[in-house]
Amino acid sequence: MNKTADNRAWLLVTPVVLLVAFNALIPLMTVVNYSVQETFGDNTFFWSGVTWFEQVLRDPRFHGALGRQLFFTGTILLIEIPLGVAIALTMPRRGTWVSVCLVLMALPLLIPWNVVGAMWNIMALPDIGLLGHTLNSMGIDYNYTRQPVSAWVTLIAMDVWHWTSLVVLLAYAGLVSIPEAYYQAAKIDGAKPWAVFRYIQLPKMKRVLTIAVLLRFMDSFMIYTEPSVLTGGGPGSSTTLLSIDLVKTALGQFDLGPAAATSLVYFLIVLAVSWIFYTLMMRTEES
Amino acid sequence: MARITLEDLAHTYFDPAEGDVEWAVRRLDLEWADGGAFALLGPSGCGKTTLLNIMSGLLRPTRGRILFDDRDVTGLSPEARNIAQVFQFPVVYDTMSVYDNIAFPLRNRGMAEAEIAPRVAEIAELTELTPMLRQRAAGLTADGKQKISLARGLVRPDVNLVMFDEPLTVIDPHLKWVLRSKLRELHQRVRTTMIYVTHDQTEALTFADQVVVMNAGEVVQIGTPVELFEQPQHTFVGHFIGSPGMNVLPAKIENGTALFGGQPVEVANPVAAAEGVVELGIRPEFVRFAPTGIPATVTNVADAGRYRIIDTESRGHSIKLLVDEGEPIPSGAVNLGFAPGQTRLYRDGWLIGGAGR
Repeated sequence: MNKTADNRAWLLVTPVVLLVAFNALIPLMTVVNYSVQETFGDNTFFWSGVTWFEQVLRDPRFHGALGRQLFFTGTILLIEIPLGVAIALTMPRRGTWVSVCLVLMALPLLIPWNVVGAMWNIMALPDIGLLGHTLNSMGIDYNYTRQPVSAWVTLIAMDVWHWTSLVVLLAYAGLVSIPEAYYQAAKIDGAKPWAVFRYIQLPKMKRVLTIAVLLRFMDSFMIYTEPSVLTGGGPGSSTTLLSIDLVKTALGQFDLGPAAATSLVYFLIVLAVSWIFYTLMMRTEES
Repeated sequence: MARITLEDLAHTYFDPAEGDVEWAVRRLDLEWADGGAFALLGPSGCGKTTLLNIMSGLLRPTRGRILFDDRDVTGLSPEARNIAQVFQFPVVYDTMSVYDNIAFPLRNRGMAEAEIAPRVAEIAELTELTPMLRQRAAGLTADGKQKISLARGLVRPDVNLVMFDEPLTVIDPHLKWVLRSKLRELHQRVRTTMIYVTHDQTEALTFADQVVVMNAGEVVQIGTPVELFEQPQHTFVGHFIGSPGMNVLPAKIENGTALFGGQPVEVANPVAAAEGVVELGIRPEFVRFAPTGIPATVTNVADAGRYRIIDTESRGHSIKLLVDEGEPIPSGAVNLGFAPGQTRLYRDGWLIGGAGR
């Protein structure tokens, strides 16, 4: 086949180059720019090298936020992935109930994030909220605005409520794509339900579950709106996750340099973990 | 191993209480002898797979019974029937090795590892999987995966029946032939009852001792490949088997003589009179150019290698015949002669005087 070489074709990619430049490259480079400079206001900047990075990486405040972030993400992954798979397994594969179940499952995903935060905030209020009041009248001392444990439980419950659906839908998509012959073969081979799950359903769901874990990792690692509306990072700094901490630094204290450095470290962590995870999953796929 | 009897079997995917429903399997009385190699042949949608799933226990028939020897298994699960099935698309357990795949049915039945190992080794040898036993099953080619499916079926020592549901669909053409003769050879060695479902006549005729031909939910003929070819009991069999299929021509009976277009034709099964739709069946192999006979016009000649397929037209009906390589082909108006011993009369599709209804 003859390939037509015409360098004017590059012009055709200009729109996308511009788009990426404006929505990703330029903002990112602005942050890089801030992260290596010092300013005392009035728009004058001085080169400061990697000072901010050194400061951030040694900062106990950053360590604390990172630790809380890892704990949060780890916990919700441990709950949402198995729970999502379990729910998907119990959903009907055909019939009229399929669409009903799918719509019910999709509902939490359609609610704006700040509304989710506000809903849980009000629902969990210890004096007037349905959840908070019920728990207290049952004799459980629950007050998420004062007790770190209560705040954490509420935060995790909210995220599980909001995002398990995503895992369910992905896992369900994986399940329905398994050809009927696999189940028939398993029946003929005398496989018990656990063996069917372990050797047919789980392996066939692996790809979608990889995507589910990746999405939930990235999303939960960058979560801001819901905890910010629910607890605002409190009580104290007990639920101050990375993004909340970052906003406090950048907009609360207007420390542009440290905030930019934190952003970059934050970004690199998300990127690195996602990449490592994806590579590992795909490598086991190939071998 | 077992003799398998189907008694008054019928199945519909609809609710039979609704009255006039579509039946996937209409009415079936059939016996599969123990240790035989059978083929179930028919066009797509004729009820083959439904019948197969009923025998394996994946489907419960709407009506009728299935007996393994004299035991009624109609309500039993596939596992309890102890049968094996190889599906159209290879089913392997991706995460397991080839060895674990073959051992899977035995492990599910709680057999000890010490017993499993020699059994798997033996079956792997039989199916030529020995060099791949340690590989992951997912990495094998389609024919390798089908061999695993087959091995999983054969590995159980007491399997009653092995069924194949169009197992060569996804196999490359050059491997189809190899695998097909392999199956035949395997049957000779293990002597388990095997039923091979297909819509491909070559596959059916090369694999089976007995071929069951189905059409529209019914069995139209059971016979050896030769019987199906030489004495089709139904015009459908004549047409479906053979390449090209049997010529089927409208006929009339007058005073005990069969007439095609007003011209008498000598047949193997003459009758005094017949009601209903009467047709003549003659295979292209048994039609010849003749000095006198049925007048026809040659319309097309197709070269099929060792012979040529000639299309002719006579009174608006197409008649095909085969002419050997090198034989001259007359052009324009010709006369056709039918071999009398191979020309048969059919009434409403069924051979007159035949074993059909």
